[in-house]
Amino acid sequence: MLEIKNLHVKLEEEDKVILKGVDLKIGPGEVHAIMGPNGSGKSTLSYVLAGRDGYEVTDGSATLDDEELLEMEPEERAAAGLFLAFQYPVEIPGVGNMTFLRTAVNAQRKARGEEELSAGDFLKVVREKAKTLKIDADMLKRPVNVGFSGGEKKRNEILQMAMLEPKMCILDETDSGLDVDAMKLVAEGVNALRSAGRSFLVITHYQRLLDHIKPDVVHIMSNGRIIKTGGPDLALEVENNGYADLLDGVQ
Amino acid sequence: MALAQVKQDALTARLQGLSAPAKGWTAAARASASDRLAAQGLPTRRDEYWRYSDPAQLTKPEVSGAATDLAPSFAALDAVKLVFTDGVFDASASDDPALAGVELLSLAGQADIHWAQGLYGQLETRGSSPVERPLAALNTAYATEGVLIRVTGQAAKPVSLIYTQKSASSDVILHHVVKLEEGAEITLLESGTPGARFNTVLEVDVASNARFHHIRTQGPDADRRGVTHIFAHIADNALFKSFTLTAGGRLTRNEAILEITGDDSVAHVAGTVLGDGKDFLQDDTIFITHASERCESRQVFRKVLKNGATGVFQGKILVKQGAQKTDGYQMSQSLLLDEDAQFLAKPELEIYADDVKCSHGSTSGAIDETALFYLQSRGVPKRTAQALLVLAFLAGTLEEIEDEAIAAEVHARLEDWLHGLDG
Ligand SMILES: Nc1ncnc2c1ncn2[C@@H]1O[C@H](COP(=O)(O)OP(=O)(O)OP(=O)(O)O)[C@@H](O)[C@H]1O
Ligand SMILES: [Mg+2]
Repeated sequence: MLEIKNLHVKLEEEDKVILKGVDLKIGPGEVHAIMGPNGSGKSTLSYVLAGRDGYEVTDGSATLDDEELLEMEPEERAAAGLFLAFQYPVEIPGVGNMTFLRTAVNAQRKARGEEELSAGDFLKVVREKAKTLKIDADMLKRPVNVGFSGGEKKRNEILQMAMLEPKMCILDETDSGLDVDAMKLVAEGVNALRSAGRSFLVITHYQRLLDHIKPDVVHIMSNGRIIKTGGPDLALEVENNGYADLLDGVQ
Repeated sequence: MALAQVKQDALTARLQGLSAPAKGWTAAARASASDRLAAQGLPTRRDEYWRYSDPAQLTKPEVSGAATDLAPSFAALDAVKLVFTDGVFDASASDDPALAGVELLSLAGQADIHWAQGLYGQLETRGSSPVERPLAALNTAYATEGVLIRVTGQAAKPVSLIYTQKSASSDVILHHVVKLEEGAEITLLESGTPGARFNTVLEVDVASNARFHHIRTQGPDADRRGVTHIFAHIADNALFKSFTLTAGGRLTRNEAILEITGDDSVAHVAGTVLGDGKDFLQDDTIFITHASERCESRQVFRKVLKNGATGVFQGKILVKQGAQKTDGYQMSQSLLLDEDAQFLAKPELEIYADDVKCSHGSTSGAIDETALFYLQSRGVPKRTAQALLVLAFLAGTLEEIEDEAIAAEVHARLEDWLHGLDG
């Protein structure tokens, strides 16, 4: 599914190197988690994969089902099946959430040579999915994320994911800012999407989310590298002992 | 050569092509306008309010332009349609000018129209001080065409002025007068390009408790050169709202001069502008005078500019002594789609009352890259994402249009015209 090899990334505007050789391989249907101290490069990795401007890839590659992601426009990556749930979802005044979702869904269908959804069909699907995430009709009508609470924004990300049905989902701290019940809702939303053909990369600081979304593999990222990879127990170890021991082991 | 001489020479040259209208009930107003014009001469870039826009194309004797063939904007709306072709009222193309509660007359009629006599050129005169507006004086002195609308009740439907242009060299002067009696209400629509070059004046007298709505579209013709003036006098408990959508054109200067003299009234002027190319210049010049208590005024403009287009906003709020509890606000914003586009703003507040709330703001910026990336990351192609963000920005001013059907119509035009801008 997703294969990242020796990925080196620096900031375009500055001489600051952020990713210093990341290797990661996620197979179909697998759930991987990345944990790691603040500023270690987790969000940068997700942005670079999604195609955000401002970063320069100096070495390495990232492929999705053997297609080179790093040469595609962001919208092409999305059409290829990549989805990033943002750590900080963006507010877009003046663009209705519904318009946004429908434009996105139909743009992807078009890019894949599929027929666009009619307004009626779209409405039916979106209402149903919104309901399971407890997103009310009012939130769908409002401009994208404008005036949404932190938790509402995160739920809106999951709704987009559910509508777009990507094959590779990256969730960047989707649990932060969620209350206990909302976290369950979001986890259920994610679990409902789990399938043999769909993989997840879950970036989180807390074991709690991983209680709900059980990962197959856990990675620890520090200072632009994956420094340790293990099973679900690794997340428990971090929860109990912090990163100090792991980091010491590296240096 | 002294500046005054330059202005006088320009005026002499300009007037040579114009024939003096026949004497009639407007004679006194025209004579007074001619006198003012003679004293002022024509504007040049040295004038305080013409620094950003070169008036030469509006003042030079010869007209260059192209004929346009625009699809009318409000065709689907039920309205009394009055058509002007190359600046001349075209009765055969127009609806029967009959509307309950409304009197519709042609300025070209020349009969003695008592109610208009007290207005024709009068509001223009009031609005031409303290800032001279010689092009409006020229209009009052030489206009022979226009509509005179007297509203005595609730107009059942809008009056729609449709401008069509056939000649590539028509030099059009139109002068409309609208009088709303106490408690009356009407919506006036304007669309199309009056001529290869045009100069229009709209005088609006809004009596107590009356409500006036004005919605106008300009464009999307590429060659438009025109100046428009709205002069309004607003009494107490009244409402005045004017909205303009502009796309294309070389030089479009829209002036609105509003004077609120009654308490508890509302006056809004808004505009949405799409500008493309280095030959594009669009200018909103607004002057709102508060002379009474507890009134609200709004100036809301949004412009998207690309490929070297220029947008201008000059907006003034004057709060006279005693105009307490005035609530005045002006906001002009531009979205610059490339580095060559420019937005020039001159906001002014002049306040002589102590208990007022007045604010102004002006912003100029590029498209929000973060929002653009967010849309793209969801699979929306970059161009579509850009268009969506531009539309979202511009559509913000459409809230100023109260009638939903008309707002929807303007929104549809905006989308069409944006599409044209994209290609
Ligand atoms: N555009 C940028 N300009 C300057 N510094 C940046 C930029 N993007 C990332 N960085 C820096 O790169 C490093 C990695 O940032 P990143 O956001 O990827 O960390 P993270 O692992 O996601 O942290 P957190 O757990 O706090 O979310 C940080 O030191 C950050 O300050
Ligand atoms: Mg982060």
